[in-house]
Amino acid sequence: MTLLQIAFFFLSALALASAILVITRRNAVHSVIWLIVTLFSVGGIFLLLHAEFLFAVQVILYVGGIMVLFLFVVMLVNLDVAVKQAQFSRQWQLALATAIILMAELAYGIYRGHQGFTLAQTSAVPPTIGNTQAVALALYQDYMLPVEIASVLLLVAMVGAVVMAKRKLE
Amino acid sequence: MATHSDLPLLLLMTLAKVVVVLGVLLTAIAYIVWMERKVVAHIQSRWGPYLVGPHGLLQPLADALKFLFKEDIVPDEVDRPIFWLAPLLAFTLAFLSISVIPFGESITIAGHTIPLQITDLNVGLLFVLAVTSLGVYGVALAGWSSNSKFPLFGGLRSSAQLISYELSLGLAVVSVVLIAGSLSLREIVEQQRGLWNICKQPLGFLLYFTAAVAETNRTPFDLPEAEAELVGGYHTEYSSFKFAMFFMAEYANMVTVSCLATSLFFGGWLGPVFGPPLVRSLLPVLWFALKVLAFLFVYIWIRGTLPRFRYDQLMGFGWRVMLPVALLNVLGTSLIVAWRSV
Repeated sequence: MTLLQIAFFFLSALALASAILVITRRNAVHSVIWLIVTLFSVGGIFLLLHAEFLFAVQVILYVGGIMVLFLFVVMLVNLDVAVKQAQFSRQWQLALATAIILMAELAYGIYRGHQGFTLAQTSAVPPTIGNTQAVALALYQDYMLPVEIASVLLLVAMVGAVVMAKRKLE
Repeated sequence: MATHSDLPLLLLMTLAKVVVVLGVLLTAIAYIVWMERKVVAHIQSRWGPYLVGPHGLLQPLADALKFLFKEDIVPDEVDRPIFWLAPLLAFTLAFLSISVIPFGESITIAGHTIPLQITDLNVGLLFVLAVTSLGVYGVALAGWSSNSKFPLFGGLRSSAQLISYELSLGLAVVSVVLIAGSLSLREIVEQQRGLWNICKQPLGFLLYFTAAVAETNRTPFDLPEAEAELVGGYHTEYSSFKFAMFFMAEYANMVTVSCLATSLFFGGWLGPVFGPPLVRSLLPVLWFALKVLAFLFVYIWIRGTLPRFRYDQLMGFGWRVMLPVALLNVLGTSLIVAWRSV
């Protein structure tokens, strides 16, 4: 086992374990912290794949941006009430059945297509352009229109959220 | 280019650099605190620390000893793991971003050329921004885990403030990246050889510095720890060395932000270079240090001069003034860069 593989398995295990902790913690702030650990481990896997830009964006956007907002909201919630409430709804049997079916489907898919899951060989020739430039070229040259459409959609959602929040205030 | 046989040497060199940089940084932090007390004292016609050592020069040592030997009080109702985690997080993150700051060109010892920078990431600037954006956790978690109203308010205020000003900070940095065409701090400094970026981006610099003062929770943006209304803000319940860690983190952040301002807008280590080879390679470090010191002085000067903002003024300023101006600045810069490259 190479160092790279050890790092990969460690990060994956960390991501899964912390993801489970996110849904089992009673205290919402603890859940948020474990979710941050999950996001970090996924970022670490990006780094293993030499995607430094993706790693930086993962940390800046998810850990540094979105999770801070999560924490902000959770800190304002009355946690004493939240702790006393039932953590799981009564439909857990149904959820478990669904999850098992989904797992079985996934396992079957992986079994059928396992030849496709060999690790990609890193190319012998080092890439001529950096990771950041490669992402930029893909986003703003090859997929210009989809990116623009997606950003307009996000803008619409943002304006919509502001309008709805304003109406409630009045 | 490093080959595999060079690896132990490379590791050793990096370790040596980390030790030296951390040592210098910790000493610098101790003396920035001294400088702050002295400068603010003189602004207010006082003497400042004067008793420990000549001109109070040993005061930082006395302070450190005091922090170490004080009783570490942990209130009963705190969320213990997070109460411990918060100062550690603040401290570590504050010292992490210094690793990508270039202090000088390179130094040659016994045939080995050592770049004066711990590591030159090609996304160095993004790394700094990422680490800065994590800094809010130390403060927010400290405020929440203390389980007491003043720290909670301090933590909430601080989270809101950091989120608001981070946007303008990032956008101000983006305008520099647009001009330089690189995210590596070394390349950004190299590219300023002809003209410092402050001449091309005066507005960007103003935005950067204002946002940076807000990001480091300094006066006039130090609402998270406004003594008059919040006792001590997020670190009210902290004592002894845990408090010292927050304290050091604040000053380390000031140093980082000043280093970044120097590298982005004031040509980093660039300056007149002359003399024998050793002096030639060390002079840039001196220029860098002097520029950073000037920034730190401005920080303290501002603290001694300006009163604190009101909270609604702070948020209004961040969202209604800083953000639109920063967006326009990025738009203008990108238009000019695009027009030039056609």
